[in-house]
Amino acid sequence: MIRLILDGEALVLPEGTSVAAALAASGDDHARSDLAGRPRAPFCGMGICQECRVCIDGRRRLACVTLIREGMKVERTR
Amino acid sequence: MSDAIVIGAGIIGASCAHALALAGLSVRVVDAGLPAATAAGMGHLVSLDGNAAELALCSDSLTRWRALAPSLPASGAYHRCGTLWLAENEDDLATADDKRAALAMAGIGSELINPTRLAALEPLLRPGLSGALRVESDAILYAPRVADWLLESVGITLERAQVAALEDQKVYLADGRRLGAQVIVLAAGLQAGALLEGLPIAAKKGHLLITDRYPGRISHQLVELGYGASAHSGQGTSVAFNLQARPTGQLLIGSTRQFDTLDPCVEPALLARMLERARGYLPALGELNAIRAWTGFRAATPDGLPIIGRHPEREGLWLALGHEGLGVTTAPSTAALIRAEVLGEHPPLDPLPYRFERFQASAPAAAEGRR
Repeated sequence: MIRLILDGEALVLPEGTSVAAALAASGDDHARSDLAGRPRAPFCGMGICQECRVCIDGRRRLACVTLIREGMKVERTR
Repeated sequence: MSDAIVIGAGIIGASCAHALALAGLSVRVVDAGLPAATAAGMGHLVSLDGNAAELALCSDSLTRWRALAPSLPASGAYHRCGTLWLAENEDDLATADDKRAALAMAGIGSELINPTRLAALEPLLRPGLSGALRVESDAILYAPRVADWLLESVGITLERAQVAALEDQKVYLADGRRLGAQVIVLAAGLQAGALLEGLPIAAKKGHLLITDRYPGRISHQLVELGYGASAHSGQGTSVAFNLQARPTGQLLIGSTRQFDTLDPCVEPALLARMLERARGYLPALGELNAIRAWTGFRAATPDGLPIIGRHPEREGLWLALGHEGLGVTTAPSTAALIRAEVLGEHPPLDPLPYRFERFQASAPAAAEGRR
């Protein structure tokens, strides 16, 4: 099992889980907010639509094409 | 029946329609909704000085944009960010000083910035640049929205239709209708070639890329000094660094220039060259997430100046096209020139350098040869 931190809260999930799946597993699948503050969530699941941009260890990444790693810090972007 | 028909609802057509409507004409704008330069481009308002005529048009036009700015809707995203023309070496600095002098002659203020001050203005630029020329009056805007806003003026009717053919004071639509007007303004960019033979305009493909939102990192429009001069002047494929921070915090990065292709596909190898060049100025770009890349086509004339004014042989036909990458900058002056000529008013600046006839002046011999 792998432990990551999502918006300051610890989550423990199986190896091979994508960050997008981790968002869903947290009970709130939204990845970011648009310019008007509305929530946006993973959509295409294959790295094309760009809806699932999150901040992973300080860098903006796509949640759907990134696997969780031990100690990873994920923050939803605003 | 309208007094005038404008073909093309991009920034040039919209500006012409707006100017004619303000003069009291009833204007019908016909646009096919095809992808075109206004929607694809950067939306920069920048003073270029490739030659005196280009600078005169930019200078007059930027003054008009500044006058219009307070009326623009917030969605038009007008922002007077200023441009920093970046110098990589002493030669570039000399170019910067020439540019400063040329802009000053046209009444545009600018100042040379030393490396220390440059680093303070834009801390993400790589160390070791020789300096920059700062043009504070340059700006950016979101051209598709501004074009739509211009078309909302009283006296303008917008028609989504394809123009099939053009005759003297008559426009034939693909759906079979025929529209007539005393004045027809052809502002359809590259599409104009299909409606009028003999227009010396060619497509120059360009790539752009936009990043995720990273607010507060870049303040100015950044352009390499070679942009206008060396980097894009040849006939081959070229890349040059050009970047602006959109009001959302997204960084819009250009640019490429290609001839002899109408294929709109994004070409990864060329996009990579463009980004490598950008990263040479802004190493931090490598850490950022790009969310979209696309291409567009500039409508370019052989001498790089637009074609503005009455068609010498066709009754009631005015041309406003071939603005290459500078159409957003020069749209208001283009419209002012068209307005003055249509109404028989005194032109706001010397119209001769932009007239279609310049491509015909040396043409008789060549035309003979073709017969």
